[in-house]
Amino acid sequence: MSDDAHRPESAVPTPRSPVRSLLRLWPYVRPVRARLAGAAGVAVLASGTGLLIPLVLKWLVDGPVAERDAAGIWLGGGILLLLGLAEAGLFGLRRWLVARPLASVEAAMRAALYRHLQRLPVAFHDRWPTGQLLSRGTTDLQLLRMFLAFPLTFLFVNGVTILAGCAILLAQRWSLGLVLLAPIVPLVVLCSVFEAKYSVAARRSQDQVGDLTTLVEEAVLGIRIIKGFGRHRAQARAYTALTHELRATELHKARLLAAIWGVITVLPETAIGAALILGTVQVADGDLSAGTLVAFLSTALALRWPVESIGFLLAISNESATAADRYFEVMDVPEADAADASVLPAAPGAPAPDGLAFTGVEFRYPDAPAGAPPTLRGVDLHVRPGETMALVGATGSGKTTLTALVPRLYDATGGRITLDGRDIMTLPRDELRSLVAVAFEEPTLFSATAAENVLMGGEEADGDGVRRALRVAQAHEFVAALPQAEHTQVGEQGLSLSGGQRQRLALARAVVGSPRFLVLDDPLSALDVHTEARVEAALREVLATTTALIVAHRPSTVLLADRVALLSGGRITAVGTHQQLLRESAEYAHLMSGADPAGAGPSSAPSPADPARTAEETER
Amino acid sequence: MTTTTTAAGRPPEDSDADAAAPPGPPTAGDPFDRDVLPTPKGASLALLRSLLRPYAARGRLTVVLLLLQQAAVQAGPLLVAYAIDHAVPALRAHDHGPLLAVGAGYLACALAAGALQYGFTRSCARVSQDVLRDLRGRIFRHAQALSLDFHERYTSGRLISRSTTDVESLRELLNDGLQELVGVVLSIVYVTAMLLYLDWGLGAAAVLSAGPLLLFIRSYRRRSKRVYARRSTAIAAVIVKFAETLNGIRPVQAFRRERPNDAAFGRLNRVHERVNGSATLEMARYVLLSRTAANIAVAAIVLWGASRVATGSLALGVLAAAVLYLRRLYDPIDRLGMFLNAYQSAAASLEKVAGLLAQRPAVPEPATPVPLPERADGRPGREVTFSGVHFAYRTGGEVLPRFDLTLAAGKTVAVVGSTGAGKSTLAKLLARFYDPTGGRVLLDGVDLRDLSTTELRRGVVMVTQEAFLFSGTVAENIAIGRPEAPRAEIERAARAIGAHDFIAALPEGYDTDVRKRGGRISAGQRQLVGFARALLADPAVLILDEATSSLDIPGERAVQRAMHTVLRDRTAVVIAHRLSTVEIADRVLVMSHGRLVEDGTPAELIGNKGEFASLHEAWRDSLVQ
Repeated sequence: MSDDAHRPESAVPTPRSPVRSLLRLWPYVRPVRARLAGAAGVAVLASGTGLLIPLVLKWLVDGPVAERDAAGIWLGGGILLLLGLAEAGLFGLRRWLVARPLASVEAAMRAALYRHLQRLPVAFHDRWPTGQLLSRGTTDLQLLRMFLAFPLTFLFVNGVTILAGCAILLAQRWSLGLVLLAPIVPLVVLCSVFEAKYSVAARRSQDQVGDLTTLVEEAVLGIRIIKGFGRHRAQARAYTALTHELRATELHKARLLAAIWGVITVLPETAIGAALILGTVQVADGDLSAGTLVAFLSTALALRWPVESIGFLLAISNESATAADRYFEVMDVPEADAADASVLPAAPGAPAPDGLAFTGVEFRYPDAPAGAPPTLRGVDLHVRPGETMALVGATGSGKTTLTALVPRLYDATGGRITLDGRDIMTLPRDELRSLVAVAFEEPTLFSATAAENVLMGGEEADGDGVRRALRVAQAHEFVAALPQAEHTQVGEQGLSLSGGQRQRLALARAVVGSPRFLVLDDPLSALDVHTEARVEAALREVLATTTALIVAHRPSTVLLADRVALLSGGRITAVGTHQQLLRESAEYAHLMSGADPAGAGPSSAPSPADPARTAEETER
Repeated sequence: MTTTTTAAGRPPEDSDADAAAPPGPPTAGDPFDRDVLPTPKGASLALLRSLLRPYAARGRLTVVLLLLQQAAVQAGPLLVAYAIDHAVPALRAHDHGPLLAVGAGYLACALAAGALQYGFTRSCARVSQDVLRDLRGRIFRHAQALSLDFHERYTSGRLISRSTTDVESLRELLNDGLQELVGVVLSIVYVTAMLLYLDWGLGAAAVLSAGPLLLFIRSYRRRSKRVYARRSTAIAAVIVKFAETLNGIRPVQAFRRERPNDAAFGRLNRVHERVNGSATLEMARYVLLSRTAANIAVAAIVLWGASRVATGSLALGVLAAAVLYLRRLYDPIDRLGMFLNAYQSAAASLEKVAGLLAQRPAVPEPATPVPLPERADGRPGREVTFSGVHFAYRTGGEVLPRFDLTLAAGKTVAVVGSTGAGKSTLAKLLARFYDPTGGRVLLDGVDLRDLSTTELRRGVVMVTQEAFLFSGTVAENIAIGRPEAPRAEIERAARAIGAHDFIAALPEGYDTDVRKRGGRISAGQRQLVGFARALLADPAVLILDEATSSLDIPGERAVQRAMHTVLRDRTAVVIAHRLSTVEIADRVLVMSHGRLVEDGTPAELIGNKGEFASLHEAWRDSLVQ
């Protein structure tokens, strides 16, 4: 699995100016701008105080101490103490000022990302592995907080220091000053070359971390398969391969960093050396006083740390810019609702009951390759008010896709879907989803109590409502037997339930809110026959008053429905009662009984000796 | 959010929670729930040491490079002093030698400093990246080796947190910590030596002033350890919620969970925000206290020195020099703080990682594996024996009371019964996802516990209801049980199960990446892929645990056909709610409350009018008349 195997196409890094990327943080930094600016001011003050202390020391030694002036010594000591306390206070103050605000910036960005991700279309989540999104929400944001806490402030403080230092140097002796400043041009050129290369490497490394995260996630979610096939070593090898790639990228980064640090160390030092020799010659010639040379060189040496620090400050800033890019790459994807803004509000007045209608509905997945036929190509189907319609079709015929269109998890790419005559595109998603309840093929429970999981289907339901829903789904008995009954934690962080138990809780969730429209995707597949029969009996009462679309694989589920629709080749090819379709549709009879479709030619009577061929034929 | 306690503060009964932990309800004191797995004392330090050991030589080289680099950097000021004191007078005497020497020396130092900086940075990165790679690998390998019950409780989010944010904090320590620490130690040693050389009294006073500083450092270490442990737990909780939401995005949106989720995530996020802020504030507190103490010490020592000069017991020049050195003595306090910061953060993370690594697999691999015997009849199926097996989760509640059972080689056995009857537990014991609490599970007379993983999976493969697809191509997914299998065999397996047509219709056929363009595969198709995996793996014993629940009837028929042909003569254990699969069984076991209540051929049991007969009748009724 190559390093970019898990990355969606849209994540290909585009060259962007790091400054522009970082400027995008402004809306999040804005609320704390006063504190941040204050902290930068305090940092300047603190360095100033730090510079004053040696001056006081010098004055103390040269003055009162040399003159044996006891009062002066105490005064000097007092000033020293005060400055020291002030310096300590400022140091602490700077950190105190930004500690909570920057934690809140990180938290606000994370909350915004989470909020945004929840509202992105399902199609987005199909493309993006969880690990990639997670690493944006954790390591990238931590990096950005660090950037705001230190590099940003010190880029400013050290930049000011360097500028002031350069001014002082030029003022002291412009010829020597120019010698010292000579490396600036090559430094700037080299730094920008470095920056360009480094940001590519930084991006690659961050993406690789995302891939690693994805692999960890999959290894846990697929642990049963890995264990079942004894694949944990192979899985570990794949992971190790990826960690080797990450290490190679990190070492590449380190090489770039080492080179730029080396340059940043050598060039200014060489310039100081040149200035030293030139200065010494000038002193020897009597053009320059020794004192001026010493003052000049000590200023130059004092600038060493700010200049050297630029290297790693640039590196962190660069990585932060990449982190910001990765963050905004996700934030820039429009939310599902964004496209709805132009939609007209629904016509006023109570809608006439008209059930659920599909008219010429077409759908192709946004990431389907060009030229591939659409998954649904013109579905016409009318589920009358209060009617239960079973949806039957071969594996992979698009049944689940069709059901996902009703709550607008995906939007149809053509045609109309109406609920009681109202086009679902004109309904606010929130309202639409309150009208339609869904039970998915794969029942997902969240880390919450059993009752809370059911209540997700209808917040307004009370304890009785939950118990009723549990009874419909025949889940009341096993829930009552849980250690804390319906208050038992289930889901990933709780008790793990069997597939059938989860399916029943998911069914209870779908029916708890007494929705007008019910969409059930093969809701009873994991139940045993007895339980299934009991659920069907109880479900019939619910279905009597609800407009429902039920995906069915088996005759028992089909029998819940008033009518059956057969989905084939992306269209509804037949609608009728179970008995009607059994008689009239060979494909339907095949799906329901396993009998081979009539008119399938010579293979309609398969010889058991040729199972592979038979399997192929039946899949047609 | 419960606060974490140290290993000593935990009740002793939690300390052995590493063995077969039950999927029981998390309680307030559950170490899994609180994300504080028991960690042996000193385990995090031992972990760090064992990580660094293989790279000790390079580590030493890195330190030497840093020492030399610092020496080259510190040589600069000395050369400046030499230039002014000697080169200027010499030049006035028209002697260019000293100036040339200074110039050459300075240039050499500059080049050396740069080169050493380059070497150090690369060498340090090598060590740190090697260590991180090892740590990542160790976490992953260990987690993969841990048993299913561990994963059922630890959650993927926490494991992600361990292998990302926790590894990241070690990275920060290794990348910057070493440089900080060496710099600090060098500077303290150098300056203290100079002070002591200048004046014993002043030097001693400076050394004494380190007393309160050490106290602050200790208190900082203690306090930050707590806050970093809390932070590591808090971010893990955030990640768990994040991951759970993304993995369940369909129900989240369909049931309008966005707002309640925003609120719930907001709470976890705020807990992390608070702890995160507190962690930074601890640093602020340390800097404030230690700086204050240091600056008071400077003022006091200067005053004392100055009064000694006044009384004539100290030379003025010595005081001047000492005063300049004193300032430099306390300069690295912040950097020490940074190092401690990185260290504490890494220690908290390592503690969590060590807790994970201290978990022992409840289903360990044998030290001396035994191979499966060659079967005399040359048939692929093997005999399965449950000998005095019973199984209970650790919280009590025996799931399977003691039972004995032999499944003949090459036969298909169906296991039926209601939810909670123990069918899946039986299957998991046979697949060795768990080991029995008592008794033995034997494959052709060999205890499953004595088989190597490779041998075990040649013997037994289990296909479950959840047909998870991994990133990668369809072909790779089918070949999970036999990665070296040629394409023709992969296709044969897919054809046998009736999955070939839909796979061939994917944009790139078998090479379609299941996570990429057009790689959308329905639940039923996923189960077919899962089945093709099992066919390709070609085990002696195949367990199907609800493996056909999402299949339609033609799909189910294809599976049955495959079992009769491709898997002919394999021993098969089929757990199904649908009795269609049961029809092909040679023998049916009916389980109820962990016990075998009926056992016989399908025909016999239907005749018995027992539980199976009634199940069968219900199933018959559910079919088309």
